[in-house]
Amino acid sequence: MSEATNEVLLELRDIKKWFPVQQGLLGQLLGRDQKHVRAVDGVSFAIRRGEVFGLAGESGSGKTTTGRVALGLERPTAGQVIYDGTDLASLSSEELRRLRRRMQVIFQDPMASLNPRMSLGRSIGYGLEIHAPEMDADARRDAVTAMLERVGLAPANFFYNKFPHQMSGGQRQRAVIARALVTEPDLVLADEPIAMADVSVRALLLDLMNELKREMNLTYLFITHDLATAKYICDRVGIMYLGMMAEVAELRELYTYPLHPYSQALLAAVPVPNPHERRTEAMPEGEIPNPINPPSGCRFHPRCPMAQARCAEEVPVMRELRPEHQVACHFAESNLP
Amino acid sequence: MAMTTVGEKELLVQVRDLSVTYHTRLGSLSAIDGVSFDLYKGEILGLVGESGCGKSTLGKALMRMIAPPGEISGGQIVFDGEDIMAYDDDQMRDFRGRRVSMIFQDPLTSLNPVQRVDQHVVEAIQVHEPKTPVQAAMERVRALIEGLGIRENRLKDYPHQLSGGMRQRVMVGLGLVLNADLIVADEATTSLDVIVEAKLLDEFKRLRDEYNLTILMITHNIALVAQIADRIGVMYAGQMAEIGDVTEVFDEPLHPYTDGLLRSVPNIKLDEREELYKMGGEPPNLTHPPSGCRFHPRCPQAMPICSELEPALLEAKGRGGHLVHCWLHEPRPEGWEGE
Repeated sequence: MSEATNEVLLELRDIKKWFPVQQGLLGQLLGRDQKHVRAVDGVSFAIRRGEVFGLAGESGSGKTTTGRVALGLERPTAGQVIYDGTDLASLSSEELRRLRRRMQVIFQDPMASLNPRMSLGRSIGYGLEIHAPEMDADARRDAVTAMLERVGLAPANFFYNKFPHQMSGGQRQRAVIARALVTEPDLVLADEPIAMADVSVRALLLDLMNELKREMNLTYLFITHDLATAKYICDRVGIMYLGMMAEVAELRELYTYPLHPYSQALLAAVPVPNPHERRTEAMPEGEIPNPINPPSGCRFHPRCPMAQARCAEEVPVMRELRPEHQVACHFAESNLP
Repeated sequence: MAMTTVGEKELLVQVRDLSVTYHTRLGSLSAIDGVSFDLYKGEILGLVGESGCGKSTLGKALMRMIAPPGEISGGQIVFDGEDIMAYDDDQMRDFRGRRVSMIFQDPLTSLNPVQRVDQHVVEAIQVHEPKTPVQAAMERVRALIEGLGIRENRLKDYPHQLSGGMRQRVMVGLGLVLNADLIVADEATTSLDVIVEAKLLDEFKRLRDEYNLTILMITHNIALVAQIADRIGVMYAGQMAEIGDVTEVFDEPLHPYTDGLLRSVPNIKLDEREELYKMGGEPPNLTHPPSGCRFHPRCPQAMPICSELEPALLEAKGRGGHLVHCWLHEPRPEGWEGE
């Protein structure tokens, strides 16, 4: 599956993204301390050129915010994003805009991502108008038509003049993919790109994304809550919990030897489509806590079956316990095979 | 009316030839077309299918909650021996809630934002049993809520203060407090995270075992059905394509649609299903459904008869209780000259 190289395309170093919580008037008058939602709180990882890096976790884990920071759509509160050797923070907004041609996004809801009043051809060509102003109208039309065919919206002339409401959900998602890829990016952030599609359509879209990645030498940052789907596209996976990275490893390695108790629970919770393999593992207590006031020490400790006194006091650092397999847990050794 | 039993199993609901039609500007749309199935007491039946197959409409039709421009255009629903199609509005209101409770995907839209959790439950009791004093109702709420994994101090919370999983538990509680026999869960776990979802599924199983509750689980997530259901019904284009014991259907699906659908479900287990099956085509437009079997334009095994005549939902040979709606498993009708 993998065309991954050893060259790092994108690196996140100790990224933090805190959002201020809106305070009431009374709070302001009394000079209460400004509170923050710590959506992302010290995340580091690197994506290699040609690989599909999956960022997985539950709602509120910070995976989407991390993705947005990674693409420069959101400025981090602290930390660095290094894209192809350049620190995004060192770029002017003009330079950042030029760089965006090489980084594109595919979102979950295709209906919300396409302008209902623009024909497909215009929607897809719009990215070129902005990122490739040197192209004339004819060249743009040719590029869009070629892209439509590439994503399976053929005959392209037929789809060129269609509007989003005239297409099926699967076709719309193909259109969104076409729009992201028409500027010939290197890196594509795919945020739950197929979560809304039916199973039969999902298989086709995954196939398309894999194929386009090969043909166009793409690198994907694939954000998902669905670890079963991740199996069909990701090379490596990072598991996030409450704004922190819990574990990073190659997909097969992670699914076979999850070392973090949270990864273990998350993997065990995924329903297996086989009535002969029903889950027997118990699920962790409680629910994901409030990111305004995260638990001390390891953020998973209040729910962790392995938790000890140290876990409430000391934040675990990422350690490499097996080749290319890092985990942030004080007691991960006891889960080694 | 006498209780009907089939083998060991006690029948709760009998749906016969149920049809739901929506009258739209573009013509009549048959969202449900002659669906028949049974629900037994204490079972979990998983109803699956892709968007637009009619699974949600079927759930609503069971409670006669189809609003205009839609209507139940034919068929019979017998609940615990009584024909609910003959119920008047008062009887229907009592039936909904007391006998059947429905849980939807988004509990925030089902709960009143300005009512506390306990008020919801007390109201539900008092609507159906007006003479119950608040004190007695509260006692019942307390007894129940603990078992659902909601701490008593959450009873005074408003819906927005609860997490998604907690809200769904409250919805389940609203059904249980009136001792409903049937819970229709329509994508009830779809908006939840996997761990919360897994816990709610454990809850469903426990409730079924404890109260002999019947659960109709409507979902697009086929893996969930494999995990908790006793039987599975697969719908396609408003019809029941196949229904039977969950292990039997997963091990040996008879309908080509079921087969394709099951093979396209991602499986997290490594070394299993490394390639997903890719089904061609898309579900048909139900204002103009295909002739014959509605699946024939997409069917890899279509035969000449499939586009001509509609098959019936029949028990497959040698498969007790495993019904399939497909010509591959049915004798040709008399006078059929093709093939």
